[in-house]
Amino acid sequence: MDMYTPSAVLNEQHIIRESISMPNSPQNKNIGATLDKLFRYTTMFFAFLVFILLFGIIITLLVGSLPALKMFGASFFTSTAWNPVTIDFGGVVPIYGTFITALIAMLIGIPVSFGIAIFITELSPNWLKRPIGVAIELLAGIPSIIYGMWGLFVFAPLFADHVQPWMNDNLGALPLIGTLFQGPPMGIGMFTAGFILAIMVIPYTASVMRDVFEIVPSMLKESAYGLGSTTWEVIWNVVLPYTKTGVVGGIMLGLGRALGETMAVTFVIGNAHELSASLMMPGNTISSALANEFTEAVGDVYTSSLITLGLTLFVITFIVLSLAKLLLIRLSLREGKQS
Amino acid sequence: MKSETVMKGLDNKRYMRRKFVNGLTLSLSVGTVIFALTFLVWILWTLFSQGLSHLTLDVFTKMTPPPGSSGGLLNAIVGSLYMVFFATVIGTPVGILAGTYLSEYGKSGWLAPTTRFINDILLSAPSIVIGLFVYEVAVHSVNHFSGWAGSFALSLLVIPVVVRTTENMMSLVPSTLREAAAALGAPYWKVIVNVVYKSARTGILTGLLLAVARISGETAPLLFTALNNQFWSTDMNQPISSLAVVIFQFAMSPYEDWQHLAWAGALLITLFVLGLNILARTVFRQNQSHS
Repeated sequence: MDMYTPSAVLNEQHIIRESISMPNSPQNKNIGATLDKLFRYTTMFFAFLVFILLFGIIITLLVGSLPALKMFGASFFTSTAWNPVTIDFGGVVPIYGTFITALIAMLIGIPVSFGIAIFITELSPNWLKRPIGVAIELLAGIPSIIYGMWGLFVFAPLFADHVQPWMNDNLGALPLIGTLFQGPPMGIGMFTAGFILAIMVIPYTASVMRDVFEIVPSMLKESAYGLGSTTWEVIWNVVLPYTKTGVVGGIMLGLGRALGETMAVTFVIGNAHELSASLMMPGNTISSALANEFTEAVGDVYTSSLITLGLTLFVITFIVLSLAKLLLIRLSLREGKQS
Repeated sequence: MKSETVMKGLDNKRYMRRKFVNGLTLSLSVGTVIFALTFLVWILWTLFSQGLSHLTLDVFTKMTPPPGSSGGLLNAIVGSLYMVFFATVIGTPVGILAGTYLSEYGKSGWLAPTTRFINDILLSAPSIVIGLFVYEVAVHSVNHFSGWAGSFALSLLVIPVVVRTTENMMSLVPSTLREAAAALGAPYWKVIVNVVYKSARTGILTGLLLAVARISGETAPLLFTALNNQFWSTDMNQPISSLAVVIFQFAMSPYEDWQHLAWAGALLITLFVLGLNILARTVFRQNQSHS
């Protein structure tokens, strides 16, 4: 297998060339071979640098989080305390906030991304595909701090005045899930953060979904149309089953982004270290706790607790992104087999 | 006879339902596109309406003011440019060389596939964690914040983008080109430098532009590496101001002057980033239509 890849072929040629003695310039030959090796090892060194960067990050953060882990042990992950005065820290509130805001983002973001991907691949006339695609990608280009400012100054007041009272009155009265939507109409809080995250992850998820929808062989789709399926039936029964690993991969990619997003959340989450049942209440996420408190953290244990949170975030996103990557690789492997 | 009409009625009913579901879902799909575009337009409109009126000449000529007085963003803009410049200068060669390995030597062995995987994860890793890492390595150990630390953090965000695009663009170069050059007797490193790099040039440049666009708007990794500096400073060994961090600080403040400056800065940074994005796209498209 390896023999037919260009570099293998070239290496072979190289060996052949070297074995044929060149009486006029053995010196040049040697220099050429040395330079070849030098170049190869230089590129290898930098690839290795990227490779160890990951372990460098994990080890550094682990070392940084030792003081906190020594002091609190595993109870760091079960405690809701966050008190710099008594030096008592626990990670539950920010970890919970990270997951809840990402969950809200996914609940809103997945259907919307799905709709956009369907529109671009199946519905849009050709001339419209490109502009819509570019516009959605521009959404990904806007810096996250801008989302934060917009969320705090424009979206939150509007949300507090017009949407939250309605949610309180209607959704708040529902059994079981009612408490999620009860709370003072402040505008900022976990729901607002999740909603803004949703807008931010839509371009990423939508673009992966669009890419995987495009690999569905048109033969399959045409067969389904030939049997009399509607467009939706083709999407639901042919396109989606064919691409489901890729779609889940795209969702995981979006989730990874939502979990780690910092600035947009920091503006609108309210930075409160309290666990509350309502989504309308301010909360905290790992990244916003870091952004708000890290430079002002005094003392080893405080700093170290924040680093522990950072490490937790990194491990969580690492797992989610690895899953995303593996699913996408699986889909492309299947593609390779079929073609 | 009778059963046939019943069947027909049923069929018709089912057909109508299928049609209805189809129409409903497809209009929802159109709705989602309108939903996303609404936010794009809304955010851009907010930026222009809030920022444009405060984007005066002062913004480019005066320093960031103390609370409650007016001023500009000059030191922040220059600080940002410095850090972005050095981050690109540090990150680009590393990214291009690593990408070269993945594309040219990465067909066998364990290093290339593992690095590719890790690089893709670093591409989406939370930037605030990168900031934490650099804080531990380059701030905590020397006990002071510095522009270099900020640049270093940003360069770690540049690298994965450049690695990814370099590898993709170099893999697109047809192997016949490499073989032709090798047949002329060129050693492989010369093939890469003189043939492969040259053909993949615009693609790699596109990746570079996207990387610069990405780090220009980054705030999180700078918060505890470069920190901030209210005064004029181009000393990379000292804390240095950056547009993104100043926007964050000013927007969260209760002072109206500061908030106005934050909006002006926000407009500036967005125009810059989106401009780079569009530039990268046009460069890439021109290249594609040429070949």
